[in-house]
Amino acid sequence: MLKISNLVKRYGNGEPVLRDLNLEVPDESVVSIIGASGAGKSTLLRCINRLVEPTSGSIELNGVELTGLRHNDLRHARRHIGMIFQGFNLVDRLTVMENVQCGRLGYIPYWRAALRRYPAEDIDRAFHLMERVGIAHYADKRADELSGGERQRVGVVRALMQEPEILLADEPTASLDPVSSRQIMELLQNLAAEFKLPVLINIHNVNEAKEFTQRIVGMRFGRLIFDGTPADLDEQAMGEVYSGTQSEEQGEGKTPSQPVVS
Amino acid sequence: MSDSAVHRAWRKPPFIRNPIVRWVMLVACVGYAVWALYTLPFDWDRVAQGMERAARIFSGAFPPNFSRSELLIDGFLESLKIAIVSTLLGVLLSVPIAFMAARNIAAKPVYLLGRGLIIFARSFHPVIVAILFVKAVGFGPVAGILTLTLYSIGFVAKMLAERIEEIDMGQLEALRSTGTGHLAMLQYAVLPQIMPRQIGLAMYQLDSNLRASAVVGIVGAGGIGSTLMNAFGRYDYDFALAITIVIIAAILVSEAVSGRIRRNIW
Repeated sequence: MLKISNLVKRYGNGEPVLRDLNLEVPDESVVSIIGASGAGKSTLLRCINRLVEPTSGSIELNGVELTGLRHNDLRHARRHIGMIFQGFNLVDRLTVMENVQCGRLGYIPYWRAALRRYPAEDIDRAFHLMERVGIAHYADKRADELSGGERQRVGVVRALMQEPEILLADEPTASLDPVSSRQIMELLQNLAAEFKLPVLINIHNVNEAKEFTQRIVGMRFGRLIFDGTPADLDEQAMGEVYSGTQSEEQGEGKTPSQPVVS
Repeated sequence: MSDSAVHRAWRKPPFIRNPIVRWVMLVACVGYAVWALYTLPFDWDRVAQGMERAARIFSGAFPPNFSRSELLIDGFLESLKIAIVSTLLGVLLSVPIAFMAARNIAAKPVYLLGRGLIIFARSFHPVIVAILFVKAVGFGPVAGILTLTLYSIGFVAKMLAERIEEIDMGQLEALRSTGTGHLAMLQYAVLPQIMPRQIGLAMYQLDSNLRASAVVGIVGAGGIGSTLMNAFGRYDYDFALAITIVIIAAILVSEAVSGRIRRNIW
């Protein structure tokens, strides 16, 4: 259970990127976060695992307040928060197995990491998860030899290796072709059910959001302005989430009647 | 339509936009060069004499004399040892210093300390450092090793730090998000990214140290440079030429080998 209340993030003295944001995500639910670029979606996810430092407000994960943690406490909390990135963020020059084991680095002592002496149960778990997503035969390949969809699977397995209590996915499909993109969304949906995980997905592709998630949250200018089922997201709601921004970006004078959704 | 009849002119914008500044700088540079040449004490008689002496040295040097090959080989092997040991020491020491001196991963005070160490290691030419070390630890290879270690740190740590500043921070972010400790993060997210550069730099530095070990030998820091200096001191120009040929051959070989190895790292 993730509970965000009154979250504010401001970079320097500028306009706040997140304004007084409230969001509750119960266990075992997949939530899509949609919104135009710059609406604060990425910042929101990164506030949860403190890659970005929130300015004020509270973020609670299964009863643990995350905003005040420091040093080792923060590291220990991060171990339970899996993250999947738009650019995969794999270590290109390491093997798939080493990349997958990166998810365990918070748990094992440094000498094991340094000498690649991973605990036997971690190796078992890695093979098990890699088989689950269909990349076990790549264990000894270098990460940069894989295709985009395969790399994102490595990213997913890395996050699952953490035995996470929540998964954060920041545009997980934006660098992928349509087919791999759908496969990854399907995978995230299934894994959420299998591991009973809450999953937060930032996504630009509204059609995929509607198809693969039960709940959609719309952000605009750092606020949640929509929260409902895919069926609730009608044209009017879409307009509220996306209106104005498109024309500003393209420097046009008038608001397009229908937002461009790809 | 009417535009097509008129040719519109375009010139590359000048490097210095302000014409006054541009011309003043040009005149100042040319003026200084002329003045410097005019005031330097060129003594053409000395130059003529020097040519004569050079001719004598070169005629004395031919044919090169390889008869004292054991001296040559000893000197060369010592140079090789100096180069290899100082490259190893230098590269090992420069890795932590490079991590300290990378703006994107080190805290400000650590960064300043790292940069300071690099600036210190780079501030003197190896020959000057060699003179100091020869005074400190006496003639011989130890002075050469210390000199070239310092020289290697200056170069390798600087280049490596610059490479670290260019890494893909996403990989670091990913490991940070898994709760990885600091050391493991550096080893997993940074080290693999800089590895090819690290190996390339080590090869280049070995090459460079082999060259430099001949130079610092001249001021007494051991190796084939010392052998060369002795040969000159005894007017054995033919032996000196033999030494020079060996140095050139060694550098050609090491250049080819290191070039090949660097090409094959991907």
